[in-house]
Amino acid sequence: MATTALPGHNYLQDDASTVGAWFKSWFLTVDHKRIALLYLLSINVFFLLGGLAATVIRVELITPQGDLLSADLYNRAFTLHGIIMVFFFLIPGTPAVLGNFLVPLMIGARDMAFPRLNLFSWYLYMAGGLFALTAAIFGGVDTGWTFYTPFSSTYANSNVILTIAGAFIMGFSSIATGVNFIVTIHTMRAPGMTWFRLPLFIWSSYATSLIIVLATPVVGITLLLVAIERIWGVGIFDPALGGDPLLFQHLFWFYSHPAVYIMILPGFGVISELIAAFSRKRVFGYEFIAFSSMAIALLGFLVWGHHMFVSGQSVYAGLVFSFLTMLVAIPSAIKIFNWTATLYKGSISYRTPMLYALGFMGLFVIGGLTGIFLGIVAIDIHVTDTYFVVAHFHYVMVGGAIMAYLGGIHYWWPKMTGRMYSEVWGGISALIIFVGFNMTFFPQFVVGYLGMPRRYHVYPEEFQVLHVLSSAGATILAIGFIIPIIYLTLSLWTGKEAGNNPWDATGLEWQVSSPPPTHNFLEIPVVTTEAYAYAPDAAEQDAANWRPGSPL
Amino acid sequence: MRDFPLFPEQASTFAGPVDALYWTLVGLSLIFGGVLPFIILYLMVRYHRSQKADRTNQVHSSLPLELTWTVIPLVLVLAVFFWGAFLYIEIRNPPDRSLEIYVIGKQWMWHVQHPNGKRENNELHVPIGQPVRLVMTSQDVIHSFYIPAFRVKQDVLPGRYTTMWFEATEPGEYHLFCAEYCGTEHSLMVGRVVAMRMADYERWLTTPGEIILPDGSTGGAVASPLVGAIGDPMVLAGSQLFATGLGCASCHRNDGLGIGPNLEGIYGTEVRLDNGELVFADENYLRESILNPAAKVATGYANVMPTYDGQVSEDQMNQLLAYLKSLGAADAE
Ligand code: HEC
Ligand code: HEM
Ligand SMILES: [Cu+2]
Ligand SMILES: [Cu+2]
Repeated sequence: MATTALPGHNYLQDDASTVGAWFKSWFLTVDHKRIALLYLLSINVFFLLGGLAATVIRVELITPQGDLLSADLYNRAFTLHGIIMVFFFLIPGTPAVLGNFLVPLMIGARDMAFPRLNLFSWYLYMAGGLFALTAAIFGGVDTGWTFYTPFSSTYANSNVILTIAGAFIMGFSSIATGVNFIVTIHTMRAPGMTWFRLPLFIWSSYATSLIIVLATPVVGITLLLVAIERIWGVGIFDPALGGDPLLFQHLFWFYSHPAVYIMILPGFGVISELIAAFSRKRVFGYEFIAFSSMAIALLGFLVWGHHMFVSGQSVYAGLVFSFLTMLVAIPSAIKIFNWTATLYKGSISYRTPMLYALGFMGLFVIGGLTGIFLGIVAIDIHVTDTYFVVAHFHYVMVGGAIMAYLGGIHYWWPKMTGRMYSEVWGGISALIIFVGFNMTFFPQFVVGYLGMPRRYHVYPEEFQVLHVLSSAGATILAIGFIIPIIYLTLSLWTGKEAGNNPWDATGLEWQVSSPPPTHNFLEIPVVTTEAYAYAPDAAEQDAANWRPGSPL
Repeated sequence: MRDFPLFPEQASTFAGPVDALYWTLVGLSLIFGGVLPFIILYLMVRYHRSQKADRTNQVHSSLPLELTWTVIPLVLVLAVFFWGAFLYIEIRNPPDRSLEIYVIGKQWMWHVQHPNGKRENNELHVPIGQPVRLVMTSQDVIHSFYIPAFRVKQDVLPGRYTTMWFEATEPGEYHLFCAEYCGTEHSLMVGRVVAMRMADYERWLTTPGEIILPDGSTGGAVASPLVGAIGDPMVLAGSQLFATGLGCASCHRNDGLGIGPNLEGIYGTEVRLDNGELVFADENYLRESILNPAAKVATGYANVMPTYDGQVSEDQMNQLLAYLKSLGAADAE
């Protein structure tokens, strides 16, 4: 298969002699690294499906009339897009792929605390996904990913129950992963791996897991209540049955605001790793970055009401939620400043993962700042439920979470597969994504402030120019996402051997071979240094050794 | 393509202040979002591995620095928070003597009734220079009443009233959107807001039009002389419901001798309940008292009022409210 043999005995190799044994060795594996690969493949398939729905939406919006799709189909398209991207790509994405692969390796453990639970969580994820896809194929859902009542519970006549079941099951997959991370990080650290020697990726995974475990049950119960009202007509959310429609929004956002941090916190962790490795120095303000993750996890639970400023909540509630939302922006700002300070006096190289990290910083700043706009009620009244909000959350979720995910995939690709990808194509596609992304979503801020509501299939003519611009950008963005799939796949056969530590980075994962042996560490390492223990003159040395022709 | 605006029209008293705050935020964002990338770019180039630069004496943390970049953003966001908070309080508190117009949302249209009884669908005519307060409810799912040129938006909920106010400043026609996703034809639940000078508005108001009820049926046209003669048809319709249609008056007498309390002047006052609590008698309280009287029982009275749930349409409820409020208004003068 490979042009050159990969070193030693590693987790990708099979002793399986029959096809059945091979299947078993993958689909019943309890190796966290193989489970990570199962997730990588399935999550990327979902990402492509979600992308397909997005393409359909953007094509429809090129003209102000509804010419490509009927209103019902359009509503199903954006609902499918939202549900796949949120529940089946962003929430599991970084934790289940990179987290599964890296948490044991980074803390010096041989596997997760509960390897079988880990495998089970993947099966739950797939089961949830199958439910959602079945619902989509047999008629679709038209409630939006937010399932607002009483529309979802009484009025919608699409496959609400099936979809809710999918999200519900997928929630258990998240919880299983979260519990596993928490226990693993608490109990399985190698000797000497104290809390303040943990890589920042572990801190952020830990914070993420706390949110997952505390918040996911709430949305599970909420979705169940929607199903109960829908099936048996028990009055919970529909006022016609004696229920309260706002109760749903409170419960839903009590989970879904923290859920936006489930999406971005692991990304913060990835960025810290990337910036340290490609500046060749310790992350500036390690403790502040670590604690800001915890602060976000905590404060994130107190701001759900900022999604409900115009819902009919009282002025007092609006003011309190607005105030707390202002506070939650500060820990994110602290991270950005510390990463910037890390660059100072570093020896920076523009390898592909670093390009993604830099792109992340630029885009996340815009996403976070517009979050402040939305947190100020007087502004939010005008822009909520318009394309301004759509642009905001794409800047944080695509510009933030996905850029970090892609950066992480590129950074650890040599470790996962043992091979290097094409650096040239890596750089090109990172650039295409950055340009395409801004062209797609920046016009949406403008059209949103003009008043273009979201989830509109037909719209007034004067918004067309901005929509066309956005759709053109989306084409570029799509190309940018497809290129990496091609060169990463090709690298499996043609890539150079990576060696243990192609980036010359610190961290236990870089001390084992690439790909790592099945049990990670032949001997459990003893940790004596802090994370990012680059020599004081590492940056100096790196720059001194640079010759024209070395990688940029 | 007629035109290609980049910024929305300003047509209400809120538009200016909201935009001022918005541009201030854009300005502050440029300091962070515009300058920070250049700092990053500078560091990227200055400390690129191919560059000779001083890389000795690295620092890995600095409390003063951390405090600086925590406190400065904190002060700034708090400043904009307070600015926004005062504006928000203003946006949510209608002045007394606002013109009240009733709005009913349903899949997928807006129905509007003016105090004199004039009805319109998917259009809202308002006078300029006069605060207008919309009392809104939905017959089915959640909708949201959004007028971008006025910078106002408010969700419209089934089973309760939400209110919103504005004062239009420029005559003209503006977009009216439903901003909360409400099913198949959400994007067609749009219309126009027509802001006109007071005299024009009054002329429009007394021009008979076809009456389209929220259930889609058409009533006859209101003869304009009648409007002048009887004063206020919404109040009139409400008073008829109260007196005979629904039989409220048999218990609620204005001499205070009925089984139920005298409802004159009740709107906008505080009512004491039998559990000692004080509640503010706004639209939502009156609505609940009619549809679900047992939920909150006025002190000194027996819980004997029958529920009218299912017997009063949203339209009739609005008329009852208009009538009950007019009792208060008469009192105050
Ligand atoms: C059988 C007599 C009866 C009829 C008919 C009746 N009510 Fe009542 N109503 C009462 C009594 C008794 C109370 C006080 C106890 C309570 O709050 O439920 C009351 C309370 C109220 C209140 C709350 C007053 C307060 O001080 O808090 C409102 C508003 C009201 N009714 C409106 C109506 C309207 C409108 C109708 C007609 C659609 C109506 N009622 C029909 C007996 C009646
Ligand atoms: C920097 C801190 C942030 C602040 C202050 C902030 C603020 C807000 C506010 C106030 C809203 C509500 C807007 C509205 O509905 O009117 C909102 C919406 C949203 N935000 Fe953020 N946000 C921040 C970061 C993030 C992050 C990190 C993510 C995800 C990774 C995110 C994802 C979303 C999403 C998905 C929505 C819209 C949900 C919907 O209605 O469908 N935000 N944000
Ligand atoms: Cu939020
Ligand atoms: Cu709508």
